[in-house]
Amino acid sequence: MSNKKHITLSVNGKTEEFLAEPRELLIYTLRERLNITGPHIGCETSHCGACTVTIDGKSVKSCTMFAVQAEGAEITTIEGIGGPDDLHPLQEAFKEHHGLQCGYCTPGMITRATKLLEENPNPTEEEIRFGMAGNICRCTGYQNIVKSIQAAATEMNAAKEAAE
Amino acid sequence: MIPAAFEYYRPTDMAGVLSILAEHGDDARVMAGGHSLIPMMKLRMADVPHLIDLQDVGGMSDITVGADSITIGAMVTQHDIIDNAELTAAAPILREAALQIADPQVRYIGTVGGNVANGDPGNDMPGLMQCLNASFTVVGPDGTREVAAREFYEAAYMTAREDDEVLTQVTIPLPAGGYAYEKQKRKIGDYATAAAAVQIVKEGGSCVSASIAMTNLSDTPVYSDAAGAALVGTAVDDAAINAAIAAMLGDIDPTEDNRGPVAFKKHVAGVILRRAIARARSRA
Ligand SMILES: Cc1cc2nc3c(=O)[nH]c(=O)nc-3n(C[C@H](O)[C@H](O)[C@H](O)COP(=O)(O)OP(=O)(O)OC[C@H]3O[C@@H](n4cnc5c(N)ncnc54)[C@H](O)[C@@H]3O)c2cc1C
Ligand code: FES
Ligand code: FES
Repeated sequence: MSNKKHITLSVNGKTEEFLAEPRELLIYTLRERLNITGPHIGCETSHCGACTVTIDGKSVKSCTMFAVQAEGAEITTIEGIGGPDDLHPLQEAFKEHHGLQCGYCTPGMITRATKLLEENPNPTEEEIRFGMAGNICRCTGYQNIVKSIQAAATEMNAAKEAAE
Repeated sequence: MIPAAFEYYRPTDMAGVLSILAEHGDDARVMAGGHSLIPMMKLRMADVPHLIDLQDVGGMSDITVGADSITIGAMVTQHDIIDNAELTAAAPILREAALQIADPQVRYIGTVGGNVANGDPGNDMPGLMQCLNASFTVVGPDGTREVAAREFYEAAYMTAREDDEVLTQVTIPLPAGGYAYEKQKRKIGDYATAAAAVQIVKEGGSCVSASIAMTNLSDTPVYSDAAGAALVGTAVDDAAINAAIAAMLGDIDPTEDNRGPVAFKKHVAGVILRRAIARARSRA
């Protein structure tokens, strides 16, 4: 049997240290080892994006990375983006504009959208659809997801301007 | 979907990589982004007892645009290509193709080296590199050698790279003229039903050189010398494009799968190549 590896990750600002087999996929580390259950398993085959987290500034499907690969990395999940008492503008916008129905895809959608808006704070509808193409939703038909991201962008840009 | 157990290595230099490859032979495999390899390991279609993660090796993440050629390190990601303005100015077809690969998440992680070394006929960069007449640098126990992209692919997952060699860099002669990478896929994130890479140089209304390669229409990418030759010396008019398509159809060898029967794939290949040539011509 293979040797366990000592792995250190920073997840939502907290240092996590543990021993794991190299074949442990990051999504299982998050959900089962660390009880961070925001990232979901939709397809387990790298297609749906429900498991999306941010790793060192990149949107990553955590079902397609071994935890050991992320050794030393900084990881942000939906839990680190905002919670019930301090919703992120994207979370607020998804709630306001019906950007979700069953909610299964939502943590991955919002986590991906934070990165999209960081790279492109004023995306067109087309840019949103292209930038969100790694996330699949079986419920909404995407229309309200696009609307939510547009609304959040407007809100975030206004807040940034007000702060300046 | 949990892969079989394996030993994990994260060497910090190429000597370390080569010595693990030498010790374990074809039981060992390198991993770049893992976005082709890990899905195969999860499906247990790839068995990798010794996995060598290349992320700490260093020296393979640069993009250099020189006076006559471009070099791209094997660990450069698809996202890096899309993001590099200097590269896009020098060889815009690279960005056009990279934007049609997979989806944003995959493009952050998937590398150029992994894409060209993988040997999956569905990968988009092998055909692209054949069109651009790129060469691949591989390093192994006996040193470094260069292999032309047009001679690299032998069959599905079989390439000129030996098991104990690592691909470190791609070198592309500075392309000239008009370009297009055109891809038909069922949805974003899908591999091509058919794709075409085209570069065309025109002088005084006449085509002086043309290069055409096709993706996912055989068990390797297909560089069609005859299709390019059919355009040279013409004004790239409809008759010349028809001749190029006929020549290309003689070189591909698609098989039936869930993207459609052979006749359909040949039809799509023709449509896609026609569009690609027209777009490249409009930019030449
Ligand atoms: C949902 C999804 C959709 C995709 N769609 C597309 C698509 O449309 N078009 C497309 O082209 N690709 C697509 N891909 C594949 C993706 O682009 C991969 O990232 C790429 O094919 C491989 O790059 P990698 O760095 O992930 O390689 P890895 O998975 O790490 O490696 C792939 C293979 O190459 C070998 N290898 C890797 N690096 C080297 C090296 N430096 N030297 C020698 N051997 C090496 C490995 O041993 C392995 O056998 C898709 C992937 C996913 C998950
Ligand atoms: S669960 Fe990871 S992409 Fe679907
Ligand atoms: S809200 Fe149900 S999958 Fe998107």
